[in-house]
Amino acid sequence: MSESAMLWGLVIASILATYLWRFLGTLFARRIDPDGAIFQWVTCVSYCMLAGLISRMVLVPVGNLVEVPLWVRLAGVLAGLAVFFAAGRIMLVSVASGLAVFVGLAAALNV
Amino acid sequence: MIDRPGPAYRRAVRDALGFPSIMLCASMMAFGSLAQQSGFSLGMSLSLTAGIWGLPGQVAMVEFHAAGATALFVILASSLANARFMPMAVSFLPLIRDGVRHHGWMFVLVQMLSLNSWAAGQRTFPEIAASVRAHYYVVFGILCMLAGLVGTAVGYFGVGNIGRPAALGLLFLNPLFFAVMIAGTRIRPAMTAIVLGVPLGPVFHFVSDDWGLLAAGVTGGTLAFWMHRKSGASA
Repeated sequence: MSESAMLWGLVIASILATYLWRFLGTLFARRIDPDGAIFQWVTCVSYCMLAGLISRMVLVPVGNLVEVPLWVRLAGVLAGLAVFFAAGRIMLVSVASGLAVFVGLAAALNV
Repeated sequence: MIDRPGPAYRRAVRDALGFPSIMLCASMMAFGSLAQQSGFSLGMSLSLTAGIWGLPGQVAMVEFHAAGATALFVILASSLANARFMPMAVSFLPLIRDGVRHHGWMFVLVQMLSLNSWAAGQRTFPEIAASVRAHYYVVFGILCMLAGLVGTAVGYFGVGNIGRPAALGLLFLNPLFFAVMIAGTRIRPAMTAIVLGVPLGPVFHFVSDDWGLLAAGVTGGTLAFWMHRKSGASA
């Protein structure tokens, strides 16, 4: 088998392995009452996982972000959040501010 | 209250074409460039974006493969990095099912579920009648996926010379955007779950980088749910 065919095999296997979670979720979702306790619980679990994922991406990143010091990553996120809560919850302005702080510090430190 | 398909479609276009599509385009550019550097073809990169449709799993797949991990490990790592799709589907699909005639369609629609569409639903569905939420979701999801595919292709063909701080900024945009988005939540049990998730995510990640996130979500989510129930019962 050629290397390309093997890599395609890996791509398709990874896609199917991810779809499994969606498939299981869809199966379970059928019996769930959106006003019920189980729905509320799973919503809490989802929010907690998302928050955990985001915080992990900032604090313990994989890939090139590792090379940026932790305090720079924190400064970027905190700047974005500070602007969000201080300036009327406008997403565009908040994300742009956080990004500017992050890129500015990264450039200044020559990371 | 939006209760007809037309306005639901228009609202979805308006919501998707702003920030979510710019964000997806930018973060998938980072992925496209990573996939190209790791020896994947354009077809494979686009397939991974549309097929996995969750950045952490896509990145895990490409990076672990590039690092020479065994096939089984690559598949397991990329799948587990997106295990959140199970609770996300359970906490999302019941909200749109009134507009879906056959349950079988759900198995197709669920592929477009992502952090963006899930969060858009949480935010917008109170203003949209249950019967046309599926309409909103389909248009929103398709536009997001198109933006992601465009970003993947653009990244694949070279953002290599945009300069290092800008390339790092592209990678950082993803967690930053989601942090701000999730911070805007005003539902009380969800806020508790978020506050618990912030420390639990990294802590459980050190225990196991495969199962950590799932375990953190179940632990913190259950705690938040239980705390809210208790305070609700005594109030």
